[in-house]
Amino acid sequence: MNVKALLLFLMLPFAASAQGFAGLGTDAEGFAVPQPNPQFSFPADHGAHPDYRIEWWYITANMTGPDGTPYGLQWTLFRSAMAPETRAGWNDPQLWMGHAAVTTPDAHFVTERLARGGIGQAGVTADPFAAWIDDWQMTGFDDARLTASGPDFAYDVNLTATGPLVFQGIDGYSVKSAAGQASYYYSQPFYELSGTLTLPDGDVPVTGTAWLDREWSSQPLGDNQTGWDWFSLSFDDGAKMMGFRLRQTDDQNFTSATWIDADGTATPYSDGAFNAAPQATTTVAGRDVPTQWQVTLPDRDVDVTVAAINPQAWMDTSVPYWEGPVTITGSHGGQGYLEMTGYE
Amino acid sequence: MTRATLHALLSHWWRNPLQLFTLLAGLALATALWSGVQAINAEASASYDAAAATLGEGQFDQLTARDGGTIPQATYVALRRAGWQVSPVVEGRLNGVRVVGLDPLTAPGGLGPITVSDGVEINTFLSGGGQVFGRAEMLDRLPDIGAQPVSAPDVAPGTVLTDIGLAQELLGRDGVITRLIVVPEQPLGRPSLAEVSPDLTRQVAQGTNDLGRLTDSFHLNLTAFGLLSFAVGIFIVNGAIGLAFEQRRPVVRTLRALGVPLRSLMILMAAELAVMALVAGAIGVALGYVIASLLLPDVAATLQGLYGQTVSGTLQLRPVWWLSGLAIALGGTALAAASAFWRLAKMPLLAGGSRRALSMAAGRTAQVQGVLAAILLICAAGLALVADGMVTGFALLGTLLIGAALALPLILDRVLALAAWLSRGIRAQWFWADTRQQLPGLSLALAALLLAMAANVGVSTMVSSFRLTFVGFLDQRLASELYVTAEDAAQADALTAYAADRVDAILPIQSADTQVRDLPTEVFGARIGPTYTDNWTFLTATDAPWQRVADGGGILINEQLARRTGLALRDTVPIMDTTFTVAGIYGDYGNPIGQAILSEDVFATLYPDVNALQFGLRLPPDSVAAFRADLTRDLGISEGAMINQAGIKQFSLDVFDRTFTVTTALNVLTLAVAGFAILMSLLTLAALRVPQLAPAWAMGMTRRSLGVVELIRAVILAVFTAAIAMPLGLALAWALLSVVNVAAFGWKLPMFLFPADYARLGLFALVAAALAALWPAWRLASTPPADLLKVFSNER
Repeated sequence: MNVKALLLFLMLPFAASAQGFAGLGTDAEGFAVPQPNPQFSFPADHGAHPDYRIEWWYITANMTGPDGTPYGLQWTLFRSAMAPETRAGWNDPQLWMGHAAVTTPDAHFVTERLARGGIGQAGVTADPFAAWIDDWQMTGFDDARLTASGPDFAYDVNLTATGPLVFQGIDGYSVKSAAGQASYYYSQPFYELSGTLTLPDGDVPVTGTAWLDREWSSQPLGDNQTGWDWFSLSFDDGAKMMGFRLRQTDDQNFTSATWIDADGTATPYSDGAFNAAPQATTTVAGRDVPTQWQVTLPDRDVDVTVAAINPQAWMDTSVPYWEGPVTITGSHGGQGYLEMTGYE
Repeated sequence: MTRATLHALLSHWWRNPLQLFTLLAGLALATALWSGVQAINAEASASYDAAAATLGEGQFDQLTARDGGTIPQATYVALRRAGWQVSPVVEGRLNGVRVVGLDPLTAPGGLGPITVSDGVEINTFLSGGGQVFGRAEMLDRLPDIGAQPVSAPDVAPGTVLTDIGLAQELLGRDGVITRLIVVPEQPLGRPSLAEVSPDLTRQVAQGTNDLGRLTDSFHLNLTAFGLLSFAVGIFIVNGAIGLAFEQRRPVVRTLRALGVPLRSLMILMAAELAVMALVAGAIGVALGYVIASLLLPDVAATLQGLYGQTVSGTLQLRPVWWLSGLAIALGGTALAAASAFWRLAKMPLLAGGSRRALSMAAGRTAQVQGVLAAILLICAAGLALVADGMVTGFALLGTLLIGAALALPLILDRVLALAAWLSRGIRAQWFWADTRQQLPGLSLALAALLLAMAANVGVSTMVSSFRLTFVGFLDQRLASELYVTAEDAAQADALTAYAADRVDAILPIQSADTQVRDLPTEVFGARIGPTYTDNWTFLTATDAPWQRVADGGGILINEQLARRTGLALRDTVPIMDTTFTVAGIYGDYGNPIGQAILSEDVFATLYPDVNALQFGLRLPPDSVAAFRADLTRDLGISEGAMINQAGIKQFSLDVFDRTFTVTTALNVLTLAVAGFAILMSLLTLAALRVPQLAPAWAMGMTRRSLGVVELIRAVILAVFTAAIAMPLGLALAWALLSVVNVAAFGWKLPMFLFPADYARLGLFALVAAALAALWPAWRLASTPPADLLKVFSNER
């Protein structure tokens, strides 16, 4: 194992516990721990929370090109703290990692960046909002410009928020296990997107929608949790749904969901209301990964099939996972994004 | 059947234990020298690899400051923010240890040779106390820095590796970076380097660095030495095997007559030799290990001193080296036995076991050998005219040495024939004729002696010429009595102000890295004064070269730069968009790379950001000590930052003395191998010669005088060989100095002669030959008369 991989275990506690790296998720020594009934303050809370162990700014987008081809886009900035503080210079315990990807029906481009805090190479400022690592950046919040580049792809898109922020869980306090592990979690699922993808065959103008997740915590997973399957679904009627399933070593799952009306009104659903069951798997990077799901939320009459647009959307990063755009059929039609971790 | 055949074959060795010993010892010695040298080379190359893995040198493109200085950390961040995937490195020295700081998150090779199993605790490494990785002896030399030292044997020797943040702190280089490593894979659409950071220049990875190429030549020299020793050893083995096969002809004839197929006979004999080769090879590799571990510290010191390349002073056992040692022993045996097997295969079934087959065979092949020698020597002469590179240089050495070795018996034969013709008196004529008759049996041993002596003369002439030239060069170059290194620009200013009216002259030493015709070159800015104008000598120069440099249009370049770029006097050299005319070319024997000298003022215009931190101070030699004390007291300059001229010279000469140690040890070893070859040849001949000596004894020569004659014969043959070895050695030295050196180092050294050394060497060779002949002569002198008498009664 090289040093980078070790770093990533710090960065991705969920993957770490999936590999038997138990202890990180539950050990919140010195770090602040999310408490119920959070009081958010914006724009400050769009910025970083260095006294929490991990945090991310996570954007996924479903887009179409001029010929109707569906595309997916991911832009993620992770923060991982080795200590609950910031320091100037190289000794800053805050580490940053960026993942960017573009998915087409038959190709998946992915790249990764790592940076130390404290020297200006990566960071987040709340007002005016800017999140960056190297040349990748998200500037502005309600009207944002999002850029990233890799050796074989790049994108430069504009995002415009057309709805309110949505608070996941109970007012943004999102419980992650029966034992009570939780995170602060809010989203901006109402971005309209337009911009340009640069792909090996040339530039592609795209339009679509994007979804931002903001989450921070010091103890996201329970000891017995091995990975997660996370869905962000946008239905054709304007409603949206976020749901996740945390897999446990006892073959039980912990689920959670938020129903989001077209006007942004959010309804949380606790463990058991939301269900996701694999229907078909694909061999991806030498392992079997579920790429077609039956997703149900009976309380809202949701019974849909969620299928990957490109089943090979493997994030071949230092700690690998699956992330890509999906189509929705069944009781509701639409599109969305699926993220799956811990499939080893 | 097989068992009986094997028993019959092996019985030869029981009856001739000395021959068995010769075979095993010759092979073991040959393997020892070869594998010893290989071990040294392998250790060095492992050290270079560790350095490359630690520092990414040679593998990746690098960005460095155009002015040769440091890079602001802000420039690094600006490059990253523009999309440039670069990784910062900060380097410096602390207590003589090279401290390298990396950022493991962006470095393309991570932490290089360090892995988590080495004890990386990433939290500790990246922030807070920090971790420092290195070999234990380097960690011990670091001051107490509060960081956790972790022993890591794969880190390059002389180097410790740590996080960039800690390295900046340790080295007092907050906010600056030494260089940037360019990650091979870069994202789309990033701006050009000139747009982001025009002060940086990109150096393209060369696969191997210049130092690697230079040290290659040093190792090639070692390898050549090892190969030569091996060749000498194989001569011995060839002689022993040849003799054994000749003596076993009757056994072979009998066995074949009894129905043993030639094929299985050959297989058995090959297996027998293979076993011997493996045994001797194992002994040789073990001996080689001893030789290598004795020599390695000196080799390491030489490489460090000459090229600044750090090589571990301790030897590690590497399986590949064991295997290659055994392989070379097997290969060498096969080579040595090839002709014997060939003859065995061609031998008619019932061919008799002629006792004098060896010398008769030698006589038959003399003609072929003569032709071959002539061809090789003609090739050598041709190569001497055209050789201009490493490969042709070594081809020249090879053809010269092998040609001479082949020609030696023929020349000696002619000389002995001439001596016999000139001599008067029965005894003298018998002596010369008998010597001549013995020549074929001794020729291999004498060829070994020839090669050993020639190598001795050649290599020691080269090393001594180098030393002489270098000492002269040091006197010219190190004119200042005291050299002081300031910690920073402020201390440098304080120093110049303080010293201004206390010393005769202050000579700033300031340089910047640039490229001249794509060759990495150091440009110096010199404060031109009598120190330079009076002391420097040029290989070639225009009138008043220093004046031309002072005027601003002239530039001085070193020989390396001139040879490698083809620059000549009055050619123009562009540096930083300004063109200069070459006013002089100077010899530069302490430096592998290109060098150029401008005047201080011109340099300051071209490189305004470079501040001189090193100064040469001219002052009366007897006031140096007092002035050093003043500098420490008044300016706080540490003792370690000052060095006396005498100190530098001593260091440089120490480097040479280390080189001498290595060379001398190898010389002694090759000479010893040659002496051993003579001893073994004489011993094997002794038994055969009793029938020839018995008549002389019967006619009245005492056994004692026969013994003395044997001794004299050995010495005379050694004298003749030495007489041929001397010019051969000088030719070798010429090839090394004028061809190999130029190709390897970029400079040509004047050749000096050292007659006293040669005389001493000749004496050594004679003593070695005499010592080798002593025991056989003594055995002869004490042969019981009854044995001599048996010659006349035995049926022959």
